[in-house]
Amino acid sequence: MEGSDTGGLLELNSSRKKDLVQVESNGQKNLFNLESAGKNNLLTAERFSVFYGENEAVRKIDIKIPEGLVTAIIGPSGCGKSTFLRAVNRMNDLIPGCKASGVLRLDGQDIYAQGVDTVMLRKEVGMVFQKPNPFPKSIFDNISFGPRIHGIRDKSKLSAIVEKSLRQAALWDEVKDRLGDNALRLSGGQQQRLCIARAIAVKPKILLMDEPASALDPRSTASIEDLIAELKGRYTILIVTHNMQQAARVSDLTAFFYEGDLIEFGETSQIFTKPRIKRTEDYITGRFG
Amino acid sequence: MEVGTRKLLDRSFTSVGFLAIILMAVSLVILLQPIIIRGGKAFVFKGTVEYRKLMREQFGRGNVEELSMDLEEARLARKPVYDLLDAFENEMKEQDSSFRRQYRADFRELKELLEELLGPREGERRRALIRKQYGQTRHDRSLVKLRHVIYIEGYDYSDTSGMGVKVETPRAELFTGTSLEPLFGILETDIGKMMKPKLTVYWRFLFDKSIDAHFFGGIWPEMLGTFYLAFGAMLFAIPLGIITAIYLAEYAGTGRFVSLIRICISSLAGVPSVVFGLFGLAFFINTVHISSSKSVLVGAMTLALLILPTIIRASEEAILAVPHGFREASMSLGAGKWHTIVRVVLPAALPGILTSTIISLGRAAGETAPIIFTAAVSVGKPLSLFQTFSQPTPALPWNIYNLATEHEAVDEIRHVQYGMVFTLVMMVFLLNLAAIILRARVSKRLRG
Repeated sequence: MEGSDTGGLLELNSSRKKDLVQVESNGQKNLFNLESAGKNNLLTAERFSVFYGENEAVRKIDIKIPEGLVTAIIGPSGCGKSTFLRAVNRMNDLIPGCKASGVLRLDGQDIYAQGVDTVMLRKEVGMVFQKPNPFPKSIFDNISFGPRIHGIRDKSKLSAIVEKSLRQAALWDEVKDRLGDNALRLSGGQQQRLCIARAIAVKPKILLMDEPASALDPRSTASIEDLIAELKGRYTILIVTHNMQQAARVSDLTAFFYEGDLIEFGETSQIFTKPRIKRTEDYITGRFG
Repeated sequence: MEVGTRKLLDRSFTSVGFLAIILMAVSLVILLQPIIIRGGKAFVFKGTVEYRKLMREQFGRGNVEELSMDLEEARLARKPVYDLLDAFENEMKEQDSSFRRQYRADFRELKELLEELLGPREGERRRALIRKQYGQTRHDRSLVKLRHVIYIEGYDYSDTSGMGVKVETPRAELFTGTSLEPLFGILETDIGKMMKPKLTVYWRFLFDKSIDAHFFGGIWPEMLGTFYLAFGAMLFAIPLGIITAIYLAEYAGTGRFVSLIRICISSLAGVPSVVFGLFGLAFFINTVHISSSKSVLVGAMTLALLILPTIIRASEEAILAVPHGFREASMSLGAGKWHTIVRVVLPAALPGILTSTIISLGRAAGETAPIIFTAAVSVGKPLSLFQTFSQPTPALPWNIYNLATEHEAVDEIRHVQYGMVFTLVMMVFLLNLAAIILRARVSKRLRG
C-alpha cells in the first residue's frame, strides 16, 4: 500500500513536514512524561494518507496512539479527522473512490495490508457514531448482535456478555428489567450508551467515537463523558469532537488536524494551555474554525 | 402575499382535500352497495320447495320428513293446475280439428312454461339436464317465471323513431271461453302454496361444488383455484422479487446496464395483463412445456411475472429507505454485507416489503386476462395440491367474466355471478386487512 508516487508530494509539503516532525518528536517526548508511561503504542500511522478520488483528505500523517488512553482529535469541519477515524476500521472502504496510502498499524498489524479481512478488523475496532443508531430490535438483541455474528450461540454466554457490556456502559441498572424492550424506546443518551455497550460487546482493542455526543442534550452528553472516563484504562479510545471543552474534559492526548494535516499532537493539558504551533493556538482560542 | 389571501388559500385547500375524501367514501359506498346486496342474495334468499328437493337429492342435505310434508302440500296446491290441464286436453280431443289447430301451439307453450316454473310433472320421464329436473329453486325467480306464464311479452314497434316498447298481454286472453281460463287466477293466488318459499341461508355456497355449470351449488372449485393461483404466484414472485430488490438496492450500483434493467422493470409494470397471458401461453406452455396444456402451475408463474415489477420496485424502495446508520452500525461490528442485509436491513424494510406483497396478492387474485390462456377453465372439479401441476382450474375472476358473457342462462344465475363478485371482493378486502394489521404489528415492533 505504501505509495511510491509520493515523492513529488513530499517536496511540496516539505515546509509543513518540518513542523510535523518537530511536533512529532516533541509529542513523543511528552508521551513518556505521562503517568501512563511505558504503555504500548496501539495505533501507529506512518505517512498515512486517505484520498477521495484525487482529493487527499488525510495527508501523510505520522502519529502514535498509546494503549489505554483517551485520545481526542479536534479540528475544524473538513479537516480530515472523521476520515482518519473511519480509516482505522476501514469504513471508508464503503465509499466509492476512497483509497489509502502509507502505513496504519493496529497492534503491529498493517490495517491496509493485502488479505486483511475487514470483518476481523472491525471486530478489533469498535465504533460509535454521531447519531445514536441502535437497531430496531430489543436491547438484548442489540448487544448480542456482534457476539452472535462472531459465532457465539450459547444463550447463557450471550446473557453474560450482554450484562457485562451494559454494566460497563453504565446502563445495566436502567434497563435490566426490560431487556426485551425495543431499543428505540430509550432516550437519546441511553441509546448512545447502548451503542457503546454494543461496540464493547465484541471486545474491541480500540474504540472509535465519531462526535458521540453532538446529537445529545447537555445532560446526556455529561453521561457519555462520564462513561468515557469510566472506560479509560480498559479500552483505548479515539474520539473525534467538535466541542473543545469536551476534548479538554475527557481526553489525555489531543491531536489537532487542519486541512488534512496533523498540526500538533500532545498531552491535552499542554495543547490547551501552551500549544507550540500558532495555528493550534488560533483554533483553540477561537480565532478561526 | 397578504395574510388574508394566504389564509384563504390554506383554508380552501384544506376543504378541497376534505371534499375529495368525502367524494371517495361516497363513491366507494355506491360501488360496494350493489355488490354486497346482490352478492348477499347468493347466500340468503327465499328458497322454494324445489330448492329443498334439489338439496336433498343432489347433496343429501335437509330434513326428509319435513321435505316430504312440504312436497305433499305443494302437490296438493298444484293439483288443480294439472287437473285443469288434463281437462283442457280432453276438451281438445272432444272438439273438432279447427279447435285443436287453434289452441295446440299455445297450449304446448303454456305447458313448457309451467314445467319451467313448477318442474316436471310427477310420473314423467326424468330429464337428462339437472336444471330440467327441478322447478324454480329461488322464489324471486319463480315470480319472474310466473309472470312469463301469466303474460305474453311482446314489443310495440309502431313508433319507428324509438326502440320497441314492451307490451304485456294476459295469456288468459288466448284461452277465453275454454276450460283453461281459471288456471291463471289459481296460479297467481296459490303460487306461494305451490312453491312454499322459506328464508334460506346457504353459507355452503362457498364450499359446495357447482352443479350443471353453476346452475346450482356453490363456488368451491373457483375459490380454491383462486387461492392456488394467488398463493402460487406469491411463491414464485416473493423470493425472486426480494432477491432482485436486494441486488438492485445493495449491490448493483449505478452503472448504465443497471439503469437499463431498472427502466425495463418499470416498463414491465405497465404492460397490459393480457400480454402476460399470451406470453405465458407462448413461453411456458408452447416453448418450455411446463405442462402439456393449461395448468395452475403455469397460471401461477404467469401471474408471478405480472406482479414481479411491483414487488421489486416497492421492495427496493423499502430497502433503500432503511437508515444508513443501521448498515454502518452493523458493518462496524464486524458483520459482513450478507449478514447486514439479512439481519438488519431486511427486518427494517419488512413493513414496506409486506405492503407491496399483499397488494400484489390482491392483484394476482383478481386478474383475469393472464389466466385465460394459461390456467382457467369455466367448469371443473376442486383440485388437490398435486393436481395443480398439470390441471387447469376454475377461478373466481375468470368465472365471473364467463358467467357474465358466455353462460347460456345468464339471467337465471345472476345470483351466482354476484356471489362470486362478492366473494372475490371480500377475499381481496380481507387480504388487505390482514396486510394492514400485519404491517402495523411489524412496524410497532420495529418502532418500539
